[in-house]
Amino acid sequence: MSGFRLADGGLIDRSRPLKFTFDGKAYTGYAGDTLASALLANGVRLFGRSFKYHRPRGVLSAGHEEPNALVELREGARREPNVKATAVELYDGLVARSQNRWPSLAFDAMAVNGLLKPIFSAGFYYKTFMWPASFWEKLYEPVIRRAAGLGRASGVEDPDTYERSNAFCDVLVVGAGPAGLMAALTAARAGADVILCEDQPRVGGQLLSDREFIDGRPAPEWAVSAAAELAALPNVRIMLRTTVTAAFDGCFAALERVSDHYPEPSAFQPRQRFWRIVAKRTILAAGSTERPLAFPDNDRPGIMLSSAVRTYLNRFGVAAGRVAAIYTSTDDGWLTARDFLRAGLTPVVLVDTRASAPAAFADVAKAVPIMLEGAVLGTEGAKGLSAIIVAAGGAQKRFEVDALAVSGGFNPAIQLASHFGGKPSWSENISAFLAGGTAQGVEPAGAAAGVFGLAEIFAEAAAAGAACAAAQGFAAPAPKLPTVAQTSTAGSLAAWRPNPAKDGKIFVDFQHDVTASDVVLAHREGYRSVEHLKRYTTLGMATEQGRTANISALAMMAQLTGRTIPETGVTLARPPVVPLALGAVAGDHRRGAFRPVRETAIHALSSEAGAPFVDVGQWKRPQYFPIPEDADLAATAAREVETVRTRVGVTDVSTLGKIEVLGADAGVFLDRVCATRASAIRPGRCGYFVMLREDGFMMDDGMIARFAPDHFLVYASTAHAASVYRHMLFCRQALWPELDVNLAAVTDGWAQFAIAGPRSPAVVQALVDAPRAITRTVFPPMSAAELTICDGVPARLCALSFSGERAFEVAVPAGYGAALFRRILDVGAAYGIAPYGSEAMGVMRIEKGHPAGSEINGQTTAYDLGLARALSKDKDHIGRVLSARPALNDRKRARLVGLTPLDPNDRLRAGAHVVETGVAPSAASDLGWLSSAAWSPTLRSFIALGFVSGGPDRLGDEVRIFDPVRGGDCAARIVAPCFYDPNGERPRV
Amino acid sequence: MTFSGFQLLRNALNGGTGWTPHWRKAEPKPAYDVVIVGGGGHGLATAHYLAKDFGVNNVAVIEKGWIGSGNAGRNTTIIRSNYLLPGNIPFYELGMKLWEGLEQDLNYNAMVSQRGVLNLCHSDAQRDAFARRGNAMRLHGVDAELIDREAVRGMAPYLDFDNARFPIIGGLVQRRGGTARHDAVVWGYARAADKRGVDIIENCEATGLRSEGGKIVGVETTKGFVGANRVGLSVAGNSSRVAALADMRLPIETYALQAFVTESIKPLIDCVVTFGAGHFYISQSDKGSLVFGGDLDPFPSYAQRGSLHVFSDVAENAMAVMPMLGRLRILRSWGGVMDMSMDGSPIIDATPIEGLFFNGGWCYGGFKATPAAGFCFAHLIAKGEPHQAAAPFRLDRFATGRVIDEKGVGATPNLH
Amino acid sequence: MLINCPYCGPRDLLEFTVKGEARARPDAAADLDSEASRAGFVDAVYLRDNPAGRHKEHWLHASGCQSWLVIERDTRTHEIFGASLVASDAEGAKS
Repeated sequence: MSGFRLADGGLIDRSRPLKFTFDGKAYTGYAGDTLASALLANGVRLFGRSFKYHRPRGVLSAGHEEPNALVELREGARREPNVKATAVELYDGLVARSQNRWPSLAFDAMAVNGLLKPIFSAGFYYKTFMWPASFWEKLYEPVIRRAAGLGRASGVEDPDTYERSNAFCDVLVVGAGPAGLMAALTAARAGADVILCEDQPRVGGQLLSDREFIDGRPAPEWAVSAAAELAALPNVRIMLRTTVTAAFDGCFAALERVSDHYPEPSAFQPRQRFWRIVAKRTILAAGSTERPLAFPDNDRPGIMLSSAVRTYLNRFGVAAGRVAAIYTSTDDGWLTARDFLRAGLTPVVLVDTRASAPAAFADVAKAVPIMLEGAVLGTEGAKGLSAIIVAAGGAQKRFEVDALAVSGGFNPAIQLASHFGGKPSWSENISAFLAGGTAQGVEPAGAAAGVFGLAEIFAEAAAAGAACAAAQGFAAPAPKLPTVAQTSTAGSLAAWRPNPAKDGKIFVDFQHDVTASDVVLAHREGYRSVEHLKRYTTLGMATEQGRTANISALAMMAQLTGRTIPETGVTLARPPVVPLALGAVAGDHRRGAFRPVRETAIHALSSEAGAPFVDVGQWKRPQYFPIPEDADLAATAAREVETVRTRVGVTDVSTLGKIEVLGADAGVFLDRVCATRASAIRPGRCGYFVMLREDGFMMDDGMIARFAPDHFLVYASTAHAASVYRHMLFCRQALWPELDVNLAAVTDGWAQFAIAGPRSPAVVQALVDAPRAITRTVFPPMSAAELTICDGVPARLCALSFSGERAFEVAVPAGYGAALFRRILDVGAAYGIAPYGSEAMGVMRIEKGHPAGSEINGQTTAYDLGLARALSKDKDHIGRVLSARPALNDRKRARLVGLTPLDPNDRLRAGAHVVETGVAPSAASDLGWLSSAAWSPTLRSFIALGFVSGGPDRLGDEVRIFDPVRGGDCAARIVAPCFYDPNGERPRV
Repeated sequence: MTFSGFQLLRNALNGGTGWTPHWRKAEPKPAYDVVIVGGGGHGLATAHYLAKDFGVNNVAVIEKGWIGSGNAGRNTTIIRSNYLLPGNIPFYELGMKLWEGLEQDLNYNAMVSQRGVLNLCHSDAQRDAFARRGNAMRLHGVDAELIDREAVRGMAPYLDFDNARFPIIGGLVQRRGGTARHDAVVWGYARAADKRGVDIIENCEATGLRSEGGKIVGVETTKGFVGANRVGLSVAGNSSRVAALADMRLPIETYALQAFVTESIKPLIDCVVTFGAGHFYISQSDKGSLVFGGDLDPFPSYAQRGSLHVFSDVAENAMAVMPMLGRLRILRSWGGVMDMSMDGSPIIDATPIEGLFFNGGWCYGGFKATPAAGFCFAHLIAKGEPHQAAAPFRLDRFATGRVIDEKGVGATPNLH
Repeated sequence: MLINCPYCGPRDLLEFTVKGEARARPDAAADLDSEASRAGFVDAVYLRDNPAGRHKEHWLHASGCQSWLVIERDTRTHEIFGASLVASDAEGAKS
């Protein structure tokens, strides 16, 4: 008593049998099957269990609208839960398992939930599990969570790869059924660039499921020849196994299932490819979804959508059962009856909710017992349908059947159009929603437009294709339309007859086990707007997004509230139309390729030297240059600091932002952008700058070199380089376009090294080309020059010191960077040079009290940093006016100070808080925090920079350093934020 | 009716016929003491606390659509109080305490689940910033733990510890943080407020704010004029539009934020996890769906939909931190409409019009604030002065410079 | 979403950085610390019309010609009505 494969027919390749397993049992299907069709052909009816009551479920549909037949596909790291068996192409070796059942599909202990159904009604959770409060997380919720969910994720990294790609066209046609093919043909013949996307592995759409004849040939043959004509045109691209799944402003997203029909992707092939398609016009020809009917126990395996029954029959050569009945409110049921007859299977009864038989089906009426104005009152069967009870004309009759085809009308597939927010409009004519308006050039055609007769579909799709082509200047000749035998599937909505005794068994949302009684309850409790209904009952939130459920529920609520369906409301479809693997959307932006990596010129050298790297934005900076003698990395940093302080060191500072400012008004421009007076920097010199945001807070600080009266170079901090450049562009273009100034970001164009330490002048002298002298008098601190080094290499040299020692920054075109670094090490060897990393640089800048990213964090003001005196108050510049607000200059603000532990070995860490001593640490005694901290090998003590409320007024005070999240707690003293050479004498030595 | 075990049993036996509407379908009376514009979580919570804690029962909440139709029903349901700045911590912690007693207060199970919030850090600097935040929380009496990489692995072994572009070095954990069932929060407040006599009027849009002599006198609505001594605006997402009815301009721009759910799967992710080297947050609902989100869409929008780039970016973030998600499927995505304030913090304050009060600017942190915002807004409306926990959220802070800028990006609302 | 850059032609959203509502920078009064100066900057920096409808915004074609543009757009539908160089707009605003 179940489905079986017909002796012949169907679009499967019977010469290519394929082996597969379901729940460990071996079966055979054929190439061209889906997993669902192959299992049905093998007599399998029970595919899964429902979400809540664990009711036995079979196949309802033949596509993405499937709510029941969900399986776990593949094994191990490739295991994929919730796969619709109806949308899986069969391949040799396929392994699938049923899900959400224990211990087995046939005997599921959780089915006991069904007995508790009167309690587990909609909204049940909201009314209970509140006593006692602490039991929710410990007891109730874990139980609920374990019971909920469907399939199991693999839990490990997906081994397959994905790609992203872009495509562009004049006309995108979504769906290669009769409407899509005809629209594509018309637009393509006119000369428009056409992309035709088809979800299935072959073109034809509904034509594959019906026994239609077009131009005297079977419809699938017509589809093949139409596709052949399209494929031969140079302006057409046909993309099979490609689902257009989301519409965005200006583009569509489509998923191409490149390898899902193989056990695993072949070498160098992605599993799926995620497409961004930019189309000038779009024809939405994605067909429609059939709706089931509402009747008690309408969820038993064996009850199937009428059009799906036909798909299995005609496309896959599979009969849904041996003894079938039909229950319909549309002509579609009659089509199915006719195809059953042709297959030699006479339905035992056709129950139509309507009063009269459709005239075009006299052949069916003659051969099949018909019950008009009939209703199915109930069904029987343990793990599958065994009988139906039918009422018609006051009588009840029982039929033993193993398949029931149901048809409750069709919902046009308008989801893509709805993604633009257009409200769908109700059509009384087809009792369904149509796309509201034609948003962003999207034109529905065919069943997606609510057109169901094949002749009409061809005519309207051809017109739509021509219109899309014409809109872009391609004149389309009137196409010769194929001749077809006219069939129609007009239908009406079958009324639901409320019945408190039975409503609990009328399933509306199959996957989520929402029944008519749940809709009644939602109504009774006031959840009457369609969104409340949905959210309260979970209707339409299952993996098929309510495709088969929403209209039935809406009709019930309309009936209960005495409103029309459009008055009751409609829920907008949200992207994606078909669920979309996260891996596919991410494409190849995974692992190390998640974000770009920026490497400096000496990356390879540093790597060879064993330097660990630190991420600074997208940059990788060498953090330490360890040598075997170092006990650990802390020792490395200490050695590197000592090297700089006593001899000479070299480090890579290429990541600093470098912005050229050129033009007669460059100085004027910088004076407006900076809070300092950049124009006061003389050519050949460097100067400190501060930039504020317009709201008066610190944006960045750094150095500016002036190489000529009309040529400045701004060194922005690594972290702020991009935003500072954007800001400067804005200032130039939007605020002061009248100034004669140009900007260029050249960060990546130059490799730059700091050579620091008392012996640095000798090293630099050895680099620069004669006759340049690097002496205290000729090239003192803050000098800047464009010159050549190493026999003619163009370079920029600035006598800048971040370390607090006599130091230079030398920049060369990036291509010379690695060579220069090696040369520096070579010539420096005689002076005891060593490379140092970002860690040692950080230690030395803390010793010097220079603010960095932790201090200039967007929340601090120049006043907080003790920089107020550096600002020029007498000119308008960005941030000038708002930086003077009293709240930004309040003495009580947390302001920059230095901190030293009373015991030099007490570890200070950035992020620790500074609290008053002698009182319990609390929000009230919280004074501030440490922003940067380090072990200073120079001072032989931990030191820190921090922000302390009123800090500069409290120098010498003892405070408590409180770090409860790391267990730190020690005493420290507030000091000035410069620990080393406070008068800045060393660079001048 | 009070929900109890007894009621559940009784209704199981009588086919559920004993259940009644959770709130009346009220129509507006001519006048109220207080009219709240906006039937989202905040507006309904305000009405509930006005009636319960401040003795103001003659209250109407007017809602242009169905209650909870705005951001209350479009968020990723995270609750937490793990803030950095002293202006924020007390407020969100007040909220956390209200969440902890919410079900008993409302007699409605909003599924407040303190499953923990884990923020990942990926550099020493970020760890130190987390330490500063965690220490600030501890000083305010809020739970916070800074954990190392191995402890993160213990909590979330499925994260990418081996191949990540930005390695995971540790995390900040607030165990009391978690999630709540967003719709149920709305419905629970509505039911509780209704019980205390509050009129909840759906499908009633405010079309005007009528004032006389600088004092509010009522609200023009699509259901006619409704008089009121005091009016509270609680319409985040549409704050600027509604404030414009009173000729006010706000320090707010409106942006779309996308959120996502996957198909339902068996338990996989136990706590809320946020990725620190991009922008991504994820949790798993009791129903089994993974719920997640990321960055704002970059341009101002009222359209409740996002762009493909952010859609893709969120997926990249997901894969960067949890490569096991590759084969799991996005079931649905949607866009919320965010009041992005100029410092990333909210506003709960009186306005220049006497009797007109404003609650908004929640950026994308409004859901977690629902109880505290409702309580503090009720306090402000009832007493005319701010609750201490919300005292920093003044409108004039932008003029004075006492901004509360957690991210430190200044007046660039799309970066908060 | 395609933005028609006056220099580069139609370009994807991905190439752009958005600053938000296009507000003019006030001309600072002679007294930079006057109430009027401060009020002007507070207004320009913090307050927004933020309409649901037509809206002028500052966008940067960051991954293209690096021009700041004024984009006029509908915030309800995302329809773009025009994109012009901010420089020409700034000149206009000053007159």
